[in-house]
Formats: sequence, structure tokens, C-alpha cells
Amino acid sequence: MADKPQIIDESGDKYKYGFVTDIKADTAPRGLNEDIIRLISQKKGEPEWLLERRLKAFEFWKTMTEPSWAKLVYDKIDYQNLSYYSAPRQKAAPKSLDEVDPELLETYEKLGIPLKEQEVLAGVVAVDAVFDSVSVATTYRAKLAEKGIIFCSISEAVKEHPELVQKYLGSVVPYTDNFFACLNSAVFSDGSFVYIPKGTRCPMELSTYFRINAKNTGQFERTLIIADDDSYVSYLEGCTAPQRDENQLHAAIVEIVVLNNAEVKYSTVQNWYPGDKDGKGGVYNFVTKRAACRGINAKVSWTQVETGSAVTWKYPSCVLQGDNSSGEFYSVALTNNRQQADTGTKMIHIGRNTTSKIISKGISAGCSNQTYRGLVKVAPGASGVRNYSQCDSLLIGDTCGSHTVPYIENRNKTAVIEHEATTSKISDEQLFYCRQRGIGEEEAVSLIVNGFCKEVMQHLPMEFAIEAAKLINISLEGSVG
Amino acid sequence: MNKTPLLEIEDLHARVCDKEIIKGFSLTINEGEVHAIMGPNGAGKSTLSYVLCGKPGYEVTAGSIRFRGKNLLSMSPEERAREGVFLCMQYPVEIPGVPTATFLKHAVNAIRQHHCLPELDTMEFLKMVREEGKKLGIDAEMIKRPVNVGFSGGEKKRLETLQMSILKPALSILDEADSGLDIDALKVVAEGVNALRDGRRSMLVITHYQRLLNYIVPDFVHVFAEGHIVKSGDKNLALELEEKGYAEFVREK
Ligand SMILES: Nc1ncnc2c1ncn2[C@@H]1O[C@H](COP(=O)(O)OP(=O)(O)O)[C@@H](O)[C@H]1O
Ligand SMILES: [Mg+2]
Repeated sequence: MADKPQIIDESGDKYKYGFVTDIKADTAPRGLNEDIIRLISQKKGEPEWLLERRLKAFEFWKTMTEPSWAKLVYDKIDYQNLSYYSAPRQKAAPKSLDEVDPELLETYEKLGIPLKEQEVLAGVVAVDAVFDSVSVATTYRAKLAEKGIIFCSISEAVKEHPELVQKYLGSVVPYTDNFFACLNSAVFSDGSFVYIPKGTRCPMELSTYFRINAKNTGQFERTLIIADDDSYVSYLEGCTAPQRDENQLHAAIVEIVVLNNAEVKYSTVQNWYPGDKDGKGGVYNFVTKRAACRGINAKVSWTQVETGSAVTWKYPSCVLQGDNSSGEFYSVALTNNRQQADTGTKMIHIGRNTTSKIISKGISAGCSNQTYRGLVKVAPGASGVRNYSQCDSLLIGDTCGSHTVPYIENRNKTAVIEHEATTSKISDEQLFYCRQRGIGEEEAVSLIVNGFCKEVMQHLPMEFAIEAAKLINISLEGSVG
Repeated sequence: MNKTPLLEIEDLHARVCDKEIIKGFSLTINEGEVHAIMGPNGAGKSTLSYVLCGKPGYEVTAGSIRFRGKNLLSMSPEERAREGVFLCMQYPVEIPGVPTATFLKHAVNAIRQHHCLPELDTMEFLKMVREEGKKLGIDAEMIKRPVNVGFSGGEKKRLETLQMSILKPALSILDEADSGLDIDALKVVAEGVNALRDGRRSMLVITHYQRLLNYIVPDFVHVFAEGHIVKSGDKNLALELEEKGYAEFVREK
């Protein structure tokens, strides 16, 4: 039998992605040192310049301390007790789906993304599946290549498009940025690379499914998206991880570069294992996501639906350098049981007439705790800036917590910055009203929650929005009664 | 004529927050009958309606309630609703973010599912809402707005009536359906209610004032005081009460 369900607590757990794939993996010994980094680089056949970057980041990381300013409480991570490289063992890199290990394909099927089917359905979504550290299959590559679009794993990009990688990798999130980003810069395993050439509209949604499989393997994705002048792309990221007792570390970096008149939409649905109802297990998600609008009229929007992970530390940000560029952040974060999330965004206005919009919806249930932390910063030379922020919190029950921490650093008098925040609770009266009309309690909660986050969900591509709504319902199970 | 009992309440005792409000209440409503319950403020009329609907926090300490012969007390609030008990609320609550149409569709389909009927699709549903809404002066814009949010008193009552018309309950309990309504709105609501009177559906009309009963004419009128029925009669009892007030019943203690 290939997959044995690893149920930790049969009583209360409904995490349907909690299976482990039994495949032979190449896994580095536990621990972090220069040799391990050299091993990663060598395994991946990387050029010297990249190894040097990794080593430089590692040197710097050793001087850093783990941040503690977030409103998060978790066991100390022993960075020497993790393995930093795990790859499914395969002959050579697969050239087509037929060469991909059938067990891997089966895994994706369980996740609801059958790659074969995707191929048949041609033209809807291109999937770059990241299985632990190696990208195993990239579909639709040929079709995209016709338009000059590059969509591949970052490892391949390093080999095939070194000039692009060298120019942009680390240009948005330098290794010195923060503790987790620095760690990622030293040990990043794989991830997706996207380049949309000048004047090109990507004809399909690009999508990556991340999945953490190997035990005790930290997952360090690295994604780089470059939208050249007058181009457009919509990128979807979905994540699941098998159910495990130990906490798993995930410290990814996503960098987006948006040039003149280009637009990037980045959507995430994150449902990594949140731990059981007592807070045992679950993924630690420490992610640095940032987009740089470098050109004039550049546009970027982050849409995220976060229902998973035991601990989330994540602030997708926009650096608005080009004049008239704009950044948007739409977020739904749902925490239940003992989950903790400290999430929000940063809008850094540097160019003139730059605009930003933040819509954040936090839903807390059970004994969970959530913080919205957002920064709006306006540089002295940035005239005509506008920002609108709206942060709403919805509480379910009396044992959860929700906090809103907006920071505003305005150095230009012409800026117009608006901030609105509300906190509400699903009341007994509302539940009774729904039930009196025949609507069951859980359905009522889901109806109210979906109404609450509608404004964000409508920014997701259709199929993704449906999946996200289902996920929210699953995550809410057991939150009432 | 053969009478089929729909609701049978026997010697009901109920309390809320450790305070006994309903004390030995008995009433049988047969199919097709309209009963009015009148009583002074604070008598426990709203409490009775909540007890019938199973609102959490309202504890039945003695007695029984049967609905079509089934034990209503063992059912959850949603089961009672699906079985055909509808409460037109005195103070309908606001549900921000949830469009009225979406809410209604969930309610309709929950009830249809209970009766093994196929779900209505959006087109069928909207057609029905439009038709029923028209009669009550509810336009398409109103049902796009979140449930009761920013609705005037009259709009809220009309929406309650619309829900009643759509869900077609076997028993409608109307708690102060006329409160906060001007005479024109009252007529509209009463018409909606009367449209449901088909000789089989039953109603329990709770009111402090006689006025409403000019428009929804009851078959029976009961005076409710001190937690139970102290006097029953026909519609003329309501007129009598209007004249004399409740003093005689309250003092009786
Ligand atoms: N939740 C509650 N907690 C305490 N007392 C209550 C509660 N609800 C109702 N009561 C009391 O029960 C009595 C009956 O109230 P109610 O049923 O609203 O009367 P009516 O509808 O006839 O005016 C009143 O004395 C009221 O104060
Ligand atoms: Mg009342």
C-alpha cells in the first residue's frame, strides 16, 4: 500500500490531506552548516555564483536572531534538527507526465489536482507541481513557450535563464531582509519561476501546488515572477501538507517584479495542516512575499485565503516605486482551535501618485488568536499618495482573540490615508434567526462567514473561489455548538 | 367537520434565566384555525413564542408540546422550522454581509431538502421571490441588501412576511406583527398573512393591541396573563379587551 493515513487523533480531526506518500527520497542529514549548503547546491548542479550567494546568506544568518515581535507563541525551533534537502529519487528530470512517478501523480490526484486530467483539459490552468524540494512536472510549457513565456522551476531557470535569475533573484527580498528570508536565501530548495515578456498577456492562470511530504524536512520555496513592460499574469498558489505530529517549518520567499504598465495578480489558498484541536502538530509558516512595482503604472494585487498552518507569520507587501503604480491586498484569514496567525501587509509608497488598498478579513474561532499587522509608509517625495485600509474581524465564540495593529509612517503632507476597522461577533440572535428559518447551525455560521469575506473572495479566480469557500467551511467545522 | 390538531400544548411550564415565565399554559390549535393571544406587556407572550421555536436559553420544566403528533420539544430549532413552525419575529436581527436573497435561498432549500424535494435553482428561486415580493411591495433591490441591515421597521416586517409566504409554514406564529407599522404597512402585511389562510395552515397571532385583529380576523381569542390563558372567546373578546384593558386579569392574582 502506497499511502497509509497517519491519523494522530482520530476523534476530532478532519484534515483530509493528511496522508504520506511512500516514495524513495534523497534526504540530507539533519543539521545546518556550510557543508549542507554545498551539498544542496551540488545536488542541484548550481553554478558557482549561486553557491556563493547561499554561503553569504548563511554567514549573515548566523549573526541574526529569530524575530519575537509578532504576537505568536510557539516552541523554539531547533534549526539543527531539521533536514534541509529532500528530493524524490528519480532517474533524470521528467520530460513529460508519462515519465513522472505514478505515485506522485496519485498524490496530486488526492489533493484534487490530477495532472493528467489537467493536461487533457488543456488551456485552463498550467500547473507547476512542487513536491518537496523538486519541481516534478510542468505542464503546458510548450504552449506558453510559443508566447515567449517562461514557466519552470527555479532550478531550471538558474540553468536556462541565468541572466534573468541573476538580475532579479534577491532584488526584491535581499538576504539581509529578515531572519527567515535569510535562511531561505541560504537553503532554498525549489519553487517556480515565471517570466512574461513585453506586451504579453499570459493566456492562462499559472498555478503552483506546494506540498510538504518528507518528514522533518523544512520547506524553503523560492518563487520569482517577472512581468516585463505591458504584460499581465495571474498566478495561483495552493498549499497542503500531510498531517504530522511534529511541527514542520516552512519559510518561503516570493518575489515579484512588475515593470512599466504591467500587472500581476497573485492568489493564494493556504491550507497547510493546522495542528489538531489541542494545538499539537501543524505547519509553522514564516513567509516573505513582496512585490516591487518598478515601472510606471505597474499594478500588483495579493489575494490570500489562509485557513491552515499552526503558526502564520506573513505580510505580502508592495513596494510602489514607479509613479502611478498601485498595490492591493485582499486577505481572509481564518483560525480555529489553537491556531495563531500574525498577518497583514506593507504598502511602501515611493513613487508619485501611487495608490494602495487593503481589505483584510479575519475570522477567529475556537481558542485561536489572530493579529492583523499592517504598515502604510509614504516616502517624502511621494506626492499624491492615496491609501484605503479596511480591517474587519469576526469572532466566533468567547475564547478566541483578534487584534488590529495598523502602523502609518507618513512623510508627505499630500497623502490621503484612510483606515477603518471593525470587530463583530456572530451573535446567538443571528444564529437563532437562521435556525428558525430551517438553516442548520454550521450552515448558518458558514453563511455568515462567507458573507463577511465576500469582498475578498470575489477577487479570486472562479474555481479558486469555490475551493476557498469549501475550505473555509471545512475549517469552521466544530466551531459552534 | 373533522378537526385535526396541529399544535397541542399541555400544561407547559418554562423559564428563562431561572425565572419561571410560562406557568401551566395549555392550548390546542387545529388545522386551519387562527388563534390570537392577547396580553399585557411582560406577560410572557414573546417567551411563549421562543419556547415553541426552541430558542436556546428557554428551558421547559414541565408539560408537553406536540406538533402533528410529534414531540416538538425533542427537536432542534431548525428541525422545528423544517417541520413547519415559523416565527415572524418582533425584532428581526441584522446579518451583515449576507444578501437577503442568499439567506432566503438557503432557508427554502433547507426546508425543501427536509421534505425530500429537489433544491430550487437560482432562476426558479428568484422567480418565486419576485412574484411573492411584488405583493408585499418588496423590490429586487431590497433582496440584494444584507438581511435586515438598515431596513426600516416596516421593511423588516415586510421581509418577515415575505419569508412566511415563501416558506409556507403549517404554523405561523406572529409576534407583535404590527409593532412599528403605520396603517398602510399594516394592511400590506395583513394581506400577506391572509393570503396564507387556506383552511389548512394555522396561525398564532400574538398582540398587545386589538388593532391588528381588524385585519387578521381570528377564530379564537385568548387572554394571556400570569403565564397562562385566563380567558378564551371569539373575536369579540378582543374588542372587549380594547375597551376594558387587562386590569381585571392582572389584578386577579
Ligand atoms: N432573557 C431574559 N432574561 C430574564 N428575563 C427575561 C428574559 N426574557 C424575558 N424575560 C422576562 O420575562 C417576562 C416576559 O417577557 P416577554 O415574554 O418578552 O413578555 P411579552 O412579550 O408578553 O411582553 C418579562 O418579565 C421579562 O422581563
Ligand atoms: Mg413581546
